[in-house]
Amino acid sequence: MLIDQQDTEAFRLELRQWLAANCPAEMRDGARDETAACWGGRSWQFSSEAQKTWLERMIGQGLTTPTWPREYGGGGLERAREKVFFEEMAAIGARLPLVSFGIWMLGPALLKFGTDEQKRTYLPPIVRGEIRWCQGYSEPGAGSDLASVATRAEDRGDHYLVNGQKIWTSYADKADWIFALVRTDQEAPKHKGISFLLIDMQTKGVSTRPIRLISGASVFCETFFDDVEVPKANVVGVVNQGWDIAKYLLTHEREMISAGAAGLTGGRSIAQVLASQDSRLTDATLRARALECEIDGLAFGLTLERYKDQAAAGQAVGDASAMLKYMGCELNQRRHELLMGMAGMAALEWDGDHDSLPADWLRSRANSIEGGTSEVMLGIIAKRVLGLPG
Amino acid sequence: MANLIETEEERMLAGAARRFLDDLAPVSHLRQMRDRMQTHDPDLWYQMSAMGWAGVLVPEQAGGDDMGFSAAMVIAHELGKTLVISPFLSTSVIAATALRQVSGSQATEALASIASGGITYALAIDEGAKFAPEASQLRARRDGNGYVLDGQKTFVVDGSFADRLLVLARTDNGQTLFDLDAERPGIRRDRMKTIDSRDAATIRFDGVRADFDNVLGHFDDAMTVLAPAIRAGQAALAAEMSGLAAAAFGMTVGYLKERRQFGVAIGSFQALQHRAAILWSELELTASAILNAGRMLDQDLDNAQLAVSLAKARATATAKLAVAEAVQMHGGIGMTDAFDIGFYMKRARVSAEWLGDYSYHAEQIAQLRGI
Repeated sequence: MLIDQQDTEAFRLELRQWLAANCPAEMRDGARDETAACWGGRSWQFSSEAQKTWLERMIGQGLTTPTWPREYGGGGLERAREKVFFEEMAAIGARLPLVSFGIWMLGPALLKFGTDEQKRTYLPPIVRGEIRWCQGYSEPGAGSDLASVATRAEDRGDHYLVNGQKIWTSYADKADWIFALVRTDQEAPKHKGISFLLIDMQTKGVSTRPIRLISGASVFCETFFDDVEVPKANVVGVVNQGWDIAKYLLTHEREMISAGAAGLTGGRSIAQVLASQDSRLTDATLRARALECEIDGLAFGLTLERYKDQAAAGQAVGDASAMLKYMGCELNQRRHELLMGMAGMAALEWDGDHDSLPADWLRSRANSIEGGTSEVMLGIIAKRVLGLPG
Repeated sequence: MANLIETEEERMLAGAARRFLDDLAPVSHLRQMRDRMQTHDPDLWYQMSAMGWAGVLVPEQAGGDDMGFSAAMVIAHELGKTLVISPFLSTSVIAATALRQVSGSQATEALASIASGGITYALAIDEGAKFAPEASQLRARRDGNGYVLDGQKTFVVDGSFADRLLVLARTDNGQTLFDLDAERPGIRRDRMKTIDSRDAATIRFDGVRADFDNVLGHFDDAMTVLAPAIRAGQAALAAEMSGLAAAAFGMTVGYLKERRQFGVAIGSFQALQHRAAILWSELELTASAILNAGRMLDQDLDNAQLAVSLAKARATATAKLAVAEAVQMHGGIGMTDAFDIGFYMKRARVSAEWLGDYSYHAEQIAQLRGI
């Protein structure tokens, strides 16, 4: 396998050859948007034969999850080879073979908090794209006060009985399983009575309903639990200490949202848009604003790289990831306002159901709300990074 | 892409620099110099040279330490934190980089003198209100066995005391860079009284004679030598500004924790917390651009303009924000001359203009990125 090659530069050459021979042409369009991606799962319909072939070949090399341990099907790559991997993928515009909340969020949580059996049970299907996960955190009325979780899981001896409602569960209608925060102790202080529970969406009593947004059709759903029976073995970590896992995962979510907002995994920079249209900005005010946005975007991209380098060197990024989330989202919103201005009246038409610039622009307004509002992020920076009182 | 973490060596260099400067050149040193109308401290520069800083970019065979641009930027960052006035940027970064672009014993001797702290340089480019090397009008015409220079340069940083001047002149078919003794007949230097107390001069050239060997690089081709030198200077200045911004921020956060109003520390107010958090976020982005510029200069000096302009643009914007926020969050005391923050605000304004302001560098980026 490619990942057996430990020498970084030799790995680069082997990988380059392998990608040239194995990445289907249709998978080299550089597409980074959610709709072009392969999400996997029981009900996944491949958009093309190429998408399927690409996934299978990458699974075979452990490269759907390049940094995960090899025993679960990952690539076991350290930071230097991981960088090489993404550089070589980007060099030919290769799509990621598989994206999912399992890869981004549940996997890292299981690797840190899960039992050996949970890792063996849940990680390989994520790596192979067989099970698609969604995240059940937010609840109606909870908002920024995430720890005020009201969905309750009652101890019924050999199982929990779950009742309640989640909201903003992305792709819940397409997911096979959900990882959810549930209240297992009604009496304890709110942070102390939460557990992290894995629930099969096919269980009786689980239902979902999509939410329509100002940006049109959305991936968000409401998810309902009515007398849902869940085995006790599905608790990750210690009962009533689920908040620790939630906080750990929120860090991952922040990094994911900010990375997406940087135009690294979704959307294009203003310079890229102009290049694709073979045009330059002529309106002086718009051009000046676009330039500032481009400058800040470049500096933000470098900061993401620097933080990754730090994390790889064992210097924990921790609460500073709140800055990535805050800056990335503010930048993405600025960028979308500018892209709309650049497109002018040509961007005022849409069908409300498919990806389009106006839909992206409207959708970007949620960036500073989801995964912790900008104000919550600034509070985290102020108190936990800068050590300000209160 | 180069690794963007500070190396162990860089951390040690920064620590040593900090200890040295806190001892010999805290902000009170600048205040004393300002009060005495003094813009150069030869003793301090001598001791900085003994630390190896004067020769940070001088090759080892010329007696330097040849530590590279990233290291020079680490030193500049520390200099910026306490607003140290020194010939470091003009002499050890800009002139040393220019001299490294040419071969020959003359350049090697000049580099050796820089490393030992024996000579100082100033870069005489600007003639108008904005940095614009291409618009330089000072003339150098052929005359017998040399050239004669006529014209005027403005805002020549370190120009009132420098031993030598790098002068950009218009020649028959382009621009030429001259390396001249600042005491040549026909040169008149008038010190500017700058807002930040850094040295700068207006310099008149009236029939100043130059020899063939005063040409640095090739006749009619200044930029081969000058462009890398300017680039290095811009990066080091950006690093100095990021140090300035970091220090202003540090003073501000310290004040938010200690100053009490309405019975509590003012840092507990959400309005101020968010201002501080936004400022810190901006500092983090700029720190990345600074680190990247150093790495890119060390990797490929000729192709580092995007990284350098990004660093200078970001540093300019962040320093401006940092000093404005510092004064606002300090309140009335921030407006008093007795308090140091005003020095930071003044230096940030002067550094914003030197070697290209935000708009200048944004335009470089626009050209390189196709915007």
